[in-house]
Amino acid sequence: MYLLAIDWGFILEKLLLVAVIIMFSLFIAMYATWWERKLASFLQDRIGPNRAGIFGIFQPLADGGKLFFKEEIIPLASSKALFILGPSLAMLTALLTSAVIPWGGVLHIFGRDVSLQIADVNIGILYIFGVVSLGVYGIMIGGWASNNKFSLLAAVRGASQMISYELAMGLALIALLLMTGSLQMSVIVANQKGGILGDLGSWHIWRQPLGFLIFFICALAECNRTPFDLPEAENELNFGYHQEYSSMKLGLYLFAEYVNMFISSTVMATLFFGGYDIPFVNETSLAATIGANWVAILGFAALVVKSFIFLSIFIWIRWTIPRFRYDQLMNLGWKGLIPLSLLNMVATAVIMLLRK
Amino acid sequence: MLTQRAKQVDRRPMNVWEKLYLPAVLKGMFITFSHLFKKRPTIQYPEQQRTFPKVFRGLQILNRDEEGRERCTACGLCAVACPAEAITMEAAERQPGEENLYREEKYAAKYEINMLRCIFCGFCEEACPKDAIYLSETFAPANYSREGFIYKKEDLLIPDPNEDPEGYKKALGHRAKKINN
Repeated sequence: MYLLAIDWGFILEKLLLVAVIIMFSLFIAMYATWWERKLASFLQDRIGPNRAGIFGIFQPLADGGKLFFKEEIIPLASSKALFILGPSLAMLTALLTSAVIPWGGVLHIFGRDVSLQIADVNIGILYIFGVVSLGVYGIMIGGWASNNKFSLLAAVRGASQMISYELAMGLALIALLLMTGSLQMSVIVANQKGGILGDLGSWHIWRQPLGFLIFFICALAECNRTPFDLPEAENELNFGYHQEYSSMKLGLYLFAEYVNMFISSTVMATLFFGGYDIPFVNETSLAATIGANWVAILGFAALVVKSFIFLSIFIWIRWTIPRFRYDQLMNLGWKGLIPLSLLNMVATAVIMLLRK
Repeated sequence: MLTQRAKQVDRRPMNVWEKLYLPAVLKGMFITFSHLFKKRPTIQYPEQQRTFPKVFRGLQILNRDEEGRERCTACGLCAVACPAEAITMEAAERQPGEENLYREEKYAAKYEINMLRCIFCGFCEEACPKDAIYLSETFAPANYSREGFIYKKEDLLIPDPNEDPEGYKKALGHRAKKINN
């Protein structure tokens, strides 16, 4: 009787959703590597990968295949268990974040209402922050277990950088949370409905531009992207914390960076740019003409387009700006962004109090 | 001082606007963005090839005459002229019945050019009194071993104009025009 009482359809539905979203994130991350190389070459007047398939479309498959066939080396002096744990943790934490992102509205299939969000927990943002902080362990353990001074140095750099910028990131978000009054991701998206131009007018970016800017800069630092890619600094630290890694373990580290980029782009789109809201379109009237299911799918597509734009900006920045020096990085984080985000928070609170 | 190109570096501390970094960052991003629309100078190498000037000096070729006979008489002038000492040869006497193979009574039984030593200066071509060696438009040789870069006579000889007229023409390249002029 007990087993019958469980809604097996629900569990199946969630399992399917988890599988689809993880596969989708990995797929996007795979092609983000291709897009990175392609866009980089366009920005530098080059052509980029164009030999594997038309426009080099199979390049990521070739890269992945190459990594699988490479010799796997675990240094003798390393701690083996931790050495293997490092990249696994990096990938795991990168993928875990996708669980609380509302990827779209509600689909009606087979008489069921399937929400395109894996877990609508009421502390969604907190969950994301928790998982993102765990991401430090991937770098730290990997760098430390390699038993290489460059790796360790880079890991220490990475850990302190991520912790410093997480503070500013969290503080910038508090201002947003003051306005929404909830940590739940679906509530934050619902909060951006209404207003002019088909919900475009009430996106959070208009009300929290400074908060977004700080969040964006911190997201770059969290993903270890240029200009904050000090942990992997090729020319100073010989590729940093993954120096001793080879084969697919290295692949996992590099790949986790792209998954992180995609997920943080999606988080930014969700928090500040209306999530799965389609701009210039009134969803309810559209649902009446083409059906709610299609609107949910289109909403998902809109979210993907938004995060693709952020992804492209990430790449664009990487091929424009040189790396910060470490003291500059710390200065910017502690003396620049944290006071600024505190100011933003207080200003938001005061304005909200006055409006009441 | 011959030139007055030294520029005084501005060492003033950054003002508030500059310390924001963002205007400079946006400016830089605009510059990289503008490069999206620039023409790419890439030449898609194997499919597309750069046209060489007529004086281009590539790999050497041992020439034949119109009847397909080897021109080289193994006089050794090219080896003497070679500043990199890349050329070695052994001479042999033409036997009766070999008149269709070799143009003159003496010929090179062995002729080797070490392409790793060769500097493609073209002195061998200038030194040759018999028009037997010249530098072609072929370039970028690739090989798996050092031995492979020592080109033997078989590697250097131009295709026979009677047996393989197309290959002969191709190997001549710009030279076909040069001869006619």
